[in-house]
Amino acid sequence: MTPDHVSTKARLLPLLVLLTALAIWSLLTWLRVFPESVFPSPIAVAKGFGEEISSGRMYNDLVASLFRVTAGFALATVLGIPLGLWLGQGARARIALLPAINFFRSLSPLAWIPFAILWFGIGDKPAIFLIFMASFFPIVLATISAVASIPNVYFRVARDYGIKGFDMLTQVTLPAIAPQVITTLRVTAGLSWLVVVAAEMIAGRDGLGFAIWDARNGLRMDLLVVGMIVIGIIGVVIDRLLVQLMKIESIRWGYDR
Amino acid sequence: MSSTIFKLEKVTRSFAAVEVLNPLTLDIPRGEFVAVVGPSGCGKTTLLNLLSGFIEPSSGEITRSGRMRMVYQQDGLFPWLTVTENISLGLRHLKDERELESQLKELTALIKLEGFENHYPHQLSGGMRQRVEIARALAGDTDVLLLDEPFSALDYLTRLRMRRELARMLRERPRTVVLVTHDIEEAAQLADRVIVFSERPAQVRCEWRLYEPRPRDLTHPEVVKAVHQILFELGLEKDSQLETAEWIAG
Ligand SMILES: Nc1ncnc2c1ncn2[C@@H]1O[C@H](COP(=O)(O)OP(=O)(O)O)[C@@H](O)[C@H]1O
Ligand SMILES: [Mg+2]
Repeated sequence: MTPDHVSTKARLLPLLVLLTALAIWSLLTWLRVFPESVFPSPIAVAKGFGEEISSGRMYNDLVASLFRVTAGFALATVLGIPLGLWLGQGARARIALLPAINFFRSLSPLAWIPFAILWFGIGDKPAIFLIFMASFFPIVLATISAVASIPNVYFRVARDYGIKGFDMLTQVTLPAIAPQVITTLRVTAGLSWLVVVAAEMIAGRDGLGFAIWDARNGLRMDLLVVGMIVIGIIGVVIDRLLVQLMKIESIRWGYDR
Repeated sequence: MSSTIFKLEKVTRSFAAVEVLNPLTLDIPRGEFVAVVGPSGCGKTTLLNLLSGFIEPSSGEITRSGRMRMVYQQDGLFPWLTVTENISLGLRHLKDERELESQLKELTALIKLEGFENHYPHQLSGGMRQRVEIARALAGDTDVLLLDEPFSALDYLTRLRMRRELARMLRERPRTVVLVTHDIEEAAQLADRVIVFSERPAQVRCEWRLYEPRPRDLTHPEVVKAVHQILFELGLEKDSQLETAEWIAG
């Protein structure tokens, strides 16, 4: 999958695209195609960046958003994987709960926003709740399907070689489902990052989502763009970090074949 | 210890209404290499499961003795473990770190995979993976090796090579072997005794003994003769000029 064969020149292409986009953006503002009040110039945005960083506000918003995503996502993982393991093994419980889990998975987490505010007020809690609702159900479903698709021969081999009880879970089941589960964690982490922005726009007093909402209310389109850029970059960084998990030697078998 | 590893007395097995094994009576003495040949779905894996004790007969009786290891028809290596880690599953009883190290070294040398200790199964060729499975099954002091079509997924030349490898490994670590296969040449090249199964429900069609020590060449007269006789018995080759006095059962 690594594009080793791609020449160094080709690797600079994304940079070229970025510069071209910047050039078009500059040209559009310079020609005043749109009024400055709804279409900030690159220079205004760069200044806004400096402003947000030196005031320490960007740092605060970043920490607030990352904390919420981490808390909600970790909670969903820590509860979702065990539930998925249990349902993956118990046919009765699975038959009973699968329709409900599918229902909640299909329900947009944003539909919970009104209740999130009513139940948890404003701040960290509603955002964490919404992120949890966004990632918990996909994680449970992925774990169930991963457990169900473990080849039976692994369990027989394990028993032949004297692996039993809790060791069966840690030495067979968990490593066997890891690749599939990690793929889902990557997807849901991305989803969580989408959800935190929406949650903070409505139920926050800080965080990157609130920052762009606040910028819009204050008619500071430059800061709005600053917020958008940071949100996009952090989203990519989160994804890259989780991709590293897929490169772990004892996990990679699940993707290479 | 008794000199008979398996003793089957009129053993049958059915799954629901499907009869898989007709009454089968069979003795396998310690140290013998028995190959069971038969078409797909005739009940070969079922026989191995009966021998290993994973399933019990519907009727009849089995006595088993000795510690057994099985190499399954499906890829049984753990893909999340390296070659060394997979093999050491077979050495879990060893507590002494130094002993474990030396055993692992010996087994890796036995399957000629030095330099691949830290490779994962998906980084190995089919033949190498099969060697690791066999090493894992040969690790430790076990008595019996049950092999379920271990070379079926390999290409022809690799299969030929693996037969020689298996013969060599067994010289160094002798075991009672039951090899199940649909490959008559493989059976004739490796086994002391070839048992030919009919279609399901499996019934012994014929039995053939070979005496030439392993490894045997594919074109060794004894192998050629055995293959011919078995094919003839299955109605797949013309009448033989060879005498059939050596038939043990029909
Ligand atoms: N657990 C089982 N439940 C139902 N039928 C089975 C089971 N195991 C094997 N069979 C049936 O028994 C027959 C023989 O299977 P098997 O021993 O796997 O054949 P072989 O290994 O010779 O290809 C097949 O028809 C198969 O469908
Ligand atoms: Mg089979």
